Amino acid sequence: MLYLSEPQKRQIEAHAAECYPQECCGALLGEEGESGREVREVFPLVNRREDSPRNRFAITADDFRAAEKAAQQAGLELIGWYHSHPDHPAQPSDYDREHAWPWYSYVIVAVKERKPAEMTAWRLADDRTRFQTEEIQAKLGASARRGGLGAGAARVH
Amino acid sequence: MAVKVIIPTPLRPYVGKQQSVEFDARTVGEALGRLTTQYEELRKHLYTDDGRIRSFVNVYLNDEDIRYLQKENTQLKDGDTISIVPSIAGGAGR
Repeated sequence: MLYLSEPQKRQIEAHAAECYPQECCGALLGEEGESGREVREVFPLVNRREDSPRNRFAITADDFRAAEKAAQQAGLELIGWYHSHPDHPAQPSDYDREHAWPWYSYVIVAVKERKPAEMTAWRLADDRTRFQTEEIQAKLGASARRGGLGAGAARVH
Repeated sequence: MAVKVIIPTPLRPYVGKQQSVEFDARTVGEALGRLTTQYEELRKHLYTDDGRIRSFVNVYLNDEDIRYLQKENTQLKDGDTISIVPSIAGGAGR
C-alpha cells in the first residue's frame, strides 16, 4: 500500500502536465509503516534523458544522491520514484522493468494531450520478471495519521 | 585489503538488511564478486545475464565513479569504501 495525499498527487500530475510531451520524473520521500508506505514529500527532478525524453527518463547518480540527502535531512527515506507516460497508459513497459530496482515504489502517471489521466503504482518482483501492482490510497490528513498509518484512508480515484 | 561495501536501501533485504558489508579484496571487481558470491540473490540486480555490471548500477570507490578509474580492475587499499549507487531509468519505451 502506498499512501499519497491529494496535494501530492496533484503535484505529480502538475509536473507531468508541465513536462508534456516529455516524460517527467522525481523522487518520493517518506516512511514505511506496518500497513504501508506513506509519501511525505514529492521531490521533482530533471529528466536527464536528452536523446529521447518523450518516451524515456533518466535520473543520474548525482540526482539520486541529492534526493537521498534531502530525505536524510528530513528524517525520511527514499521510498520510490515517479514518472509520466505521455500519451501512453500508466502501465510499466518492458523498458521500465528492465531498469527497475527492487523494493522501491514506482508511480506512473499517464498524460493524455497534456491532461493527467490514470495514476498507478508498482513494485518489481524479486525475480525481476514482472511488476506487481501496489495500491495507492489517499490520506485524509494529520488526524488520520494520529489514528495510525492507514486509518481513515480513502482510495484515489 | 579490508574494504567496506555500502549497500543501497533496495538491495539491503538481500544482505540481511545490513547497510554495509566488509570483504578482503584486491580490486573492485573482486570485492563485488565476493559480495555476489556470498549473497547470491544480489547478482541478478547488479549484473546482466552475460556478467556485465548493469548500466543503471554505478559503483564508486570512495567518491570517484570507477568508470573514471580502472573500472572493475581498480586497485583497492585498506580502509577503502565502495558504494553501489543506483541510477533510475525507465519510460513508456515504445
